Amino acid sequence: MPVFYGTTIDSALMLGTAGYPSPKILTDAFARSGAGIATVSLRREAGGGQDFWALIQSLEVRLLPNTAGCHSARDAVTTAHMAREVFDTDWIKLEVIGHADTLQPDVFELVEAARILSAEGFSVFPYCTEDLVVCERLLDAGCHVLMPWGAPIGSGLGLNNPHGLRALRAAFPDVPLVVDAGIGLPSHAAAAMEMGYDAVLLNSAVARAGDPAAMAAAMADAVRAGRAAYLADPMERTDMAVPSTPVIGRAFL
Amino acid sequence: MRITINGAPRDVVATTLAGALAEAELTGRIATALNGSFVPAALRGTTPIREGDTIEALSPMQGG
Repeated sequence: MPVFYGTTIDSALMLGTAGYPSPKILTDAFARSGAGIATVSLRREAGGGQDFWALIQSLEVRLLPNTAGCHSARDAVTTAHMAREVFDTDWIKLEVIGHADTLQPDVFELVEAARILSAEGFSVFPYCTEDLVVCERLLDAGCHVLMPWGAPIGSGLGLNNPHGLRALRAAFPDVPLVVDAGIGLPSHAAAAMEMGYDAVLLNSAVARAGDPAAMAAAMADAVRAGRAAYLADPMERTDMAVPSTPVIGRAFL
Repeated sequence: MRITINGAPRDVVATTLAGALAEAELTGRIATALNGSFVPAALRGTTPIREGDTIEALSPMQGG
């Protein structure tokens, strides 16, 4: 089970709370997912905030507020301060968006914001790319978790750069790693876990499924299977066939 | 005095952040920023506001 900043979480599935057809379906999806962490956000109070607060309290999961929509370190730091007060947690999913079409993180502002927030005592979960140098800088800045994207947020494309994600796992064997963003199918989630990732964070794959609660259950199964497979030490791949039935003792016909 | 709360202009008689929030009926679990800087809940009552100030009052919302 993943350990983030000294806290053990019972599930390797982290689930977002946005875009569900109804609050009831959100609740059902969380129940079926077994997720131990829910991502949440802050927006201008327009009447729904207090009801949503009551809803997420009822989920009985750990909350991970995000800084979604921030485009600079300054915005993200201010948003983190506000989130800490509203959600009563030092945990922050740090997002600093750098590109409108891909929602790719602005890694320069991200590292700066991570440095400031870590120094202030936040437990920073940075949404980043799988770039080894950027990840190294984030660790230097005080992060003890890395959350590289699988693919652009909400795209459902899966793991765009499995080689890069594998290299990141190999480079930082002791750092909790989470694939965040881009997962569309249980097979994507399983693939990340098979690589040795500690958790996956997804939202749209469940919320935008035809049956979100059923998809949440499928994701939970996939994450469990992927983790079990990683721990079971998968066989080596070969380019040529290797007969699985013994050749010795074959009848001469 | 005219200020802006959550993007909308508003005339208030209050002279503190807490007073302005009360006039705008922004209560419950919210976090506030004045002119782009976070103001902790404990300081709202003693934080003065001035003509043209911009207040953001944020509450819990769905997020990914």
